[in-house]
Amino acid sequence: MTFLKLIIKEISYRKLNFWLSILSAAVAAGCLIGALTFLRAHKLRTEEIIDRKEIETKKRVIKLEDDYRKITKKMGFNVLILPKDQNLNDFYADDFASKYMPENYVHKLANSKIVTIRHLLPSLQQKLKWPEKKRTIILIGTRGEVPNVFKSPLKPLVQPVNPGEIVLGHELHSSLNISIGEVVTLLGKSFKVSKLHRERGNKDDITAWINLKEAQILLKKENKINAILALECKCAWAGLAKVRDEISEILPDTQTLESHGKALARAEARDRAAKEAVAALDAVKHHRAVMLAEQKDFVSTLVPAVIFVCAVWIGVLAFGNSRDRRYEIGVLRALGVSSKNIFFLFLTKAALIGFAGAVLGCCAGFFAGMLIVSDKSQTVSLFALFQPNALILTLAGATILSVTATWLPALSAARQDPAEILRKE
Amino acid sequence: MLQLTNIKKSFRKKNDVVNVIDNFSLTVDEGKFIAVQGASGSGKTTLLLMIGTLLTPDNGTVLINGTDPYSLNPEVRANFRAQNIGFVFQQFYLLPYLTVLENVLTSNLVFKKANAKEKALKLLQHLNLEHRLTHLPSELSVGERQRTALARAVLNQPKLILADEPTGNLDAENGAVILDYFKKYAAKGNYVLMVTHSKHAAETADRIEVLDGK
Repeated sequence: MTFLKLIIKEISYRKLNFWLSILSAAVAAGCLIGALTFLRAHKLRTEEIIDRKEIETKKRVIKLEDDYRKITKKMGFNVLILPKDQNLNDFYADDFASKYMPENYVHKLANSKIVTIRHLLPSLQQKLKWPEKKRTIILIGTRGEVPNVFKSPLKPLVQPVNPGEIVLGHELHSSLNISIGEVVTLLGKSFKVSKLHRERGNKDDITAWINLKEAQILLKKENKINAILALECKCAWAGLAKVRDEISEILPDTQTLESHGKALARAEARDRAAKEAVAALDAVKHHRAVMLAEQKDFVSTLVPAVIFVCAVWIGVLAFGNSRDRRYEIGVLRALGVSSKNIFFLFLTKAALIGFAGAVLGCCAGFFAGMLIVSDKSQTVSLFALFQPNALILTLAGATILSVTATWLPALSAARQDPAEILRKE
Repeated sequence: MLQLTNIKKSFRKKNDVVNVIDNFSLTVDEGKFIAVQGASGSGKTTLLLMIGTLLTPDNGTVLINGTDPYSLNPEVRANFRAQNIGFVFQQFYLLPYLTVLENVLTSNLVFKKANAKEKALKLLQHLNLEHRLTHLPSELSVGERQRTALARAVLNQPKLILADEPTGNLDAENGAVILDYFKKYAAKGNYVLMVTHSKHAAETADRIEVLDGK
């Protein structure tokens, strides 16, 4: 006869007490392993979602970049050619150049073999008071595009304004209630309104376009212009220096600025799109992290509470068991079993209960976790949920919990006075 | 030699102190079967538990073969008890979840003696229980239960057997078996001390001591 055999025989005799204790330990262990499996499942699911999103985002960004590359490939960027002596401070402050250059500069460029620029638009611009309407406007004299003689003709980006006609920006025609076909007077000369622009939200809304020759006469700047806009220069950002060099070779009395073009804007848009994709991914990550934190909070409250209740229940059952075994304890003591042995008899039984309960609880908890994952994800491997460390921790933890919960009842049993028991029994 | 000198034991009951045993002395030589008689409440069981090293006397000394068990620490005293003392109770106190053989072998829990199972089987055969080896106490007759308890008490061949009303629940035939066994066991150079209020049982002993509860 051994103490272990005695314990096993007693367990098989008092089955209800044993199974209730096992159930308590299993609930505690199952709750812990279930929570850990659930959190692990959430983490794996998050990784799965993030990985998928990252791949999707990467593909989207690549596609977007490719689309913009294709779109902007033939677009180029814009440059503005100004007189060399034009002070740029004044230019940026006034929105037009105060210095002038000969109109034939545009012909020089058009007749050159320069390949980096196209769509040349000479203009004469000036901010002035429209005396007849008492408005400050930007008057632009334009003649449309000057074709490059060495290149095949392209469809012009900007249409010229015919002599005797005027095109008005949105703010001007809407506030002055001007309509197409109406005749207006500007600086004493009559113009027929040929076109009204829609709102653009920039200085174009207070601009009036007329024919370049008529503008030169009105502004007393015959054969003069103060800017040449070259649209859709066919080279990349890195090629701006090359454009400048080529223009300065042909027109040494000019300076070249990069104008804010559509290509740049679209490049920025592409960059923004990529950033937004990354931000969306970060938002998903943040959302999942917040969810995980909330779940951890919940678990960190629920699991200890369940474990505490289970521990109390195991203790109560152990107290009941020690009370039921009063006379057994008396007899064993009479047979020479020491109080220390009685103490360890109860604790060994508690350890067995804790371990067996933990095994059952781990199986149940893991099974529950598997169910949750298989319900939510088809790709997370069930084996990935298996955490050896958590298993060992739970098995050891449940055993220790059961032993700890039984400590006082075991101590109480060991301290029972056998003489008292045997006298009263 | 078993020697009790001026043993005194009292219990506190609420505000009263009840003197159960007062200056009791007893000497038992080897090979003697002693019966202690007394009325109910005279302290017979208390005396037995004090001799059995389970209840410390308030005063006086208990010497078992020259050893005062109460001078030993609890752990050593428990070992001393396992080696030297066997108990037989009126209520048998068999463990309900162990078979007859297993109950007898509980005496071997502390000191693992060789051939304990063989000895137990021989003992049970001697007590006519060989057909009950795998039976639980609940499946035994009263006489069989007491014989099982007797086998448990003597398995380790203790020097001292303490029996508390061992025939109290038995019929005459079974009672006679137990008393006869005690007599023979004492005759082998051991001590058997039986407390009983049965005059018939006491008369089978070598000597009768009377406990008057003072």
